[in-house]
Amino acid sequence: MLRYTLTRLLSLAISLAVASVVIFLAIEILPGDPAAFMLGVNAQEDTLAALRDQLGLNGTLWERYVSWVGGMLTGDFGTSYTYRTPVAGMIADRLWISLPLAIYALLLSTLIAFPAGIWAASRRGSAADVGVMGTTQLGVAIPNFWFAMLLVVVFAINLQWFSAGGFPGWDEGFWLSIKSLTLPAIALALPQASILARVMRSALLDTLSEDFVRTARAKGLSRRQALWRHALRNALIPVLTIIGLQFSFLLAGGIIIENVFYLPGLGRLIFQAISARDMIVVESVVMLLVFAVILVNFLVEIAYALVDPRLRHRA
Amino acid sequence: MSLLSIEGLSLEIGRHTILRDVSLSVDPGQIVGVIGESGSGKSMTAFSVMQLLPDGARAHGSVMLSGHDMLALPEAQLCRLRGNEVGMVFQEPMTALNPIRTIGDQVAETILIHERASKSEAMMRAREALNRVELPEDRFPLTRYPHELSGGQRQRVVIAMAIALRPSLLIADEPTTALDVTTQAQILDLLKRLVREDGMGMLMISHDLAVVADMADEIVIMRHGEVVERGTCPAIFGQLRHPYSISLLEASTHAPDRQAHTEEAPLLRVRDVVRTYTLPRNTLFGAPGRVEAVRGVSFDLKRGESLGLVGESGCGKSTLTRAILGLEEVQDGEILLDGEPVFTGHAPNRAVRRRMQVVFQDPYGSFNPRHRVDRLICEPFHLLDAPPRGEARDAAIAEALTSVGLAASDRYKFIHEFSGGQRQRIAIARALIIKPELILLDEAVSALDVQVRAQILDLLADLGRRFGLSYLFISHDLSVVRVITDRCLVMKAGEIVEQGPTERVFSDPQHPYTRQLIAAAPDLPEIA
Amino acid sequence: MTDLRADSLPPQGAPVRLWGRALRSRNLVVGALLTLVFVLAAVLSFLWTPYEVTGLDIANKIKPPSWRNPLGTDHFGRDILSMIMVGARVSIAVAVVAVGIGMIFGVPLGLLAAARKGSLLDEVIMRANDLVFAFPSLVIAILITATFGPSAVNAIIAIGIFNIPVFARLTRSGALTLWQRDYILAARVAGKGAARISVEHILPNVTNLLIVQGTIQFSLGILAEAGLSYVGLGAQPPTPSWGRMLAESQTMISFAPHMALFPGLAILLTVLGLNLMGDGLRDLFDPKLRGRT
Repeated sequence: MLRYTLTRLLSLAISLAVASVVIFLAIEILPGDPAAFMLGVNAQEDTLAALRDQLGLNGTLWERYVSWVGGMLTGDFGTSYTYRTPVAGMIADRLWISLPLAIYALLLSTLIAFPAGIWAASRRGSAADVGVMGTTQLGVAIPNFWFAMLLVVVFAINLQWFSAGGFPGWDEGFWLSIKSLTLPAIALALPQASILARVMRSALLDTLSEDFVRTARAKGLSRRQALWRHALRNALIPVLTIIGLQFSFLLAGGIIIENVFYLPGLGRLIFQAISARDMIVVESVVMLLVFAVILVNFLVEIAYALVDPRLRHRA
Repeated sequence: MSLLSIEGLSLEIGRHTILRDVSLSVDPGQIVGVIGESGSGKSMTAFSVMQLLPDGARAHGSVMLSGHDMLALPEAQLCRLRGNEVGMVFQEPMTALNPIRTIGDQVAETILIHERASKSEAMMRAREALNRVELPEDRFPLTRYPHELSGGQRQRVVIAMAIALRPSLLIADEPTTALDVTTQAQILDLLKRLVREDGMGMLMISHDLAVVADMADEIVIMRHGEVVERGTCPAIFGQLRHPYSISLLEASTHAPDRQAHTEEAPLLRVRDVVRTYTLPRNTLFGAPGRVEAVRGVSFDLKRGESLGLVGESGCGKSTLTRAILGLEEVQDGEILLDGEPVFTGHAPNRAVRRRMQVVFQDPYGSFNPRHRVDRLICEPFHLLDAPPRGEARDAAIAEALTSVGLAASDRYKFIHEFSGGQRQRIAIARALIIKPELILLDEAVSALDVQVRAQILDLLADLGRRFGLSYLFISHDLSVVRVITDRCLVMKAGEIVEQGPTERVFSDPQHPYTRQLIAAAPDLPEIA
Repeated sequence: MTDLRADSLPPQGAPVRLWGRALRSRNLVVGALLTLVFVLAAVLSFLWTPYEVTGLDIANKIKPPSWRNPLGTDHFGRDILSMIMVGARVSIAVAVVAVGIGMIFGVPLGLLAAARKGSLLDEVIMRANDLVFAFPSLVIAILITATFGPSAVNAIIAIGIFNIPVFARLTRSGALTLWQRDYILAARVAGKGAARISVEHILPNVTNLLIVQGTIQFSLGILAEAGLSYVGLGAQPPTPSWGRMLAESQTMISFAPHMALFPGLAILLTVLGLNLMGDGLRDLFDPKLRGRT
């Protein structure tokens, strides 16, 4: 298990390194000089040079890469070209909306999908199964931002249970903040829950047809017991994979939903940064998101090994 | 009163009738063998007793187990009987255990599900059960996972689960079909011992007449969902009445009519062949492990000869086969066909390759399902510099198909339209079409039912005579090698431990391993 | 009971009988009909739409559905039905080309990786795939469209790039199973090389998988295009697109819900149709998996 974890950690580090190079190069090849962009068309050549120097744009490619990565490792993400404030602080503020939103949505999605998937699989072909499959078919097809708009019409405009958008800030009270994240989280969670429920169901049906489930039944376990004691844990592996993929999707998918609800999260930040050519912010946000994805993949792989003893012995 | 009594059992799944009026009974301490070819309904009979039938199955008639009417009991009561009153062992040990739970846990579950035992008490009794199936504590602690065990050891765990509560009936559905012959013998001995010790009744399902004949007190022969013959063993073999059971017995002992036309000149010459594989690294910086699959093998195959290569799984016979076919380069030694190397430089030698062909085991996986028969059997023409076209190609296809007993018009069909035996004929036609001198038969009849197998063996003997073919017959099945080869090689752990004329090897084996193999192979009683 | 879990790869039924089974599959028929409606609407829009979608008609702005405008009009008085028809063409074109990009690059990469399994090449291809997966797709799509300017073409590229690893992985895993088959061994005995075997034996037998995955990626492409044009990074005005219609309707949703309802329904129904078709095709090609997913 230790060797497995170390190998995974190593591959995590390699992925991060490669990703950082790709992101850095992608941003580097972009047309446009941020200094010129910041100072406008009438800037003097010497002011431009001074600003470039200040922004660290004058070194070689390699020097700039090292200073960017080195900065990130020490928590210094650089200074925003447009706002002239530390990027780290800007990101931290926004992260405190996007991250809770993604976690909230993931919780909702899992809490809906697990019971629904298990219920449908255990009553395959019944009205319950047909109902769950039909609902999830719709859930998968619905564009989440449109669903978000419908939620606003029903719950914010007509019923007035929630506000139509905006975020009060965590200082204004935990529950108030949670409340303002609820509609966005539901809009994000429903399509994901539909996918997850379908995966859960099909993974369970697959394991239920395995020989070892038949063996368990021959020992005297009822269908239900065989499902809970033998099939469920084996079915978790594909489900974990999907949960891992979904987390990154939720974190990034928030970008559009944040737009619908006027939430000042990472999504809004990246839009503003792109339109202002504030590439250091873009770079850092993308790197952060990639880091989150790779980290979640790592955690999923550790979870695989906890579920499946065969993996623990492999490096 | 019988322990298990099945009367007039019929079974339908959807619109298909699986069983028709099946009756049989098992007494305490008695072993009843149910024999049949694939599709005979023998496994479904077993599952009917357990009432573990596929969805949509409807059973009629009566199945009485220790006084319980299994067809009428509600599911909850059936659960109480399964594992407690009746245990079951399955065909495929590799998948029969839950891969993510320990063996101790899984054996203890049988106890926990039926009795009010504490977890530690159940574990103690699981230990006893594992000891009884000869998995001692020092090598097989309860904390082992299935993937750490071999197929035979896993089958022992399944047996331990089935007998942990000392049921009065044990059902074994092809319990040794997936195992090597020596492992098979050990598992059969174990089952016999357990039946004797516990006074259990046992219903033993098998396609192999010899396996059942070795251990059953009574035999039931099934075909197309019906019982065609039943009687005590071994007396039944002398008094078979139904034409099907007579032909089944004949097919099981069938020896094709053939004489050797061997010339002295060797056709295939294998000298000191070594093939090692590099294992994936276990640690990042450690040296990769190595496996010596073939360790210095030498033999000759004479022109016109039928040579057998016998060994259990993992002995290196598949690796050797691939090396001879020129699919893999060997590290050391040489393989010559009629004096020409199979590999020249690092590339396979086409001129040599076109002189040998191969027939594989699996009649279902051997053909691209998207191609028609003519395209399938013409594939070896790729080896020719000027493959026949037009009429010459049509003639070659017709000749190949008719010589294996199929119609020339079958060339337009797709492979799924053929049965397993017919597919194997098509595989032989594919091998014949470029008129090779040597055909490698890699377990070519192992997946076939006995009657079909007998027909294919006859066909091979006939083709060998007509076209002057030489055969290298690779198999784990001693009874087949014995009837189809002139000489045979016995392979173990990458080495050939014994070789000689087939009859001599079988009647007077020299190497201890050969003796062990021959002793382990089940025999039919000598009644003619 | 002994062998219910056979392999899902090779088709066992004759192609001829597929049509009969196809017409009896409810998912497939409903899904194909739904998809067909939108494809026909898109095609028709080249020849005829009820009204011009570029012409403004302020006098008729924000009208609810009526006989004159079956789906109502928007804030410039444009006919929503006509806009949905023209929007279908963008959505479908973007998704089709994106799936095409994914297949054209992904399938050969997958075949190559499988043919050289365990080699450095395989490793590089698969790690590169992992890397693409590590980038949140939407973020990169936004990045690409934002850098090179928002347009339908850039949306296609952005969505297409993420289809490449999907098809590469699928092809590789399907091909790896097939490489174990005896008929591949037979082809090797017949002296055929890896490239020839990949084209002759592997590719035809993974097409079913590719078709099923293709419909799924098609529907995901429609959703992604809608999302991008919703945030203004898809097709640019005056070309109507479903996503932008939704974005424009957002501020008026309290008094003109029809403006948000119909474009959203168009997306929902197209995606639903494609998904149903994908499920139906999977059942058709692989009856053993029926009802699993």
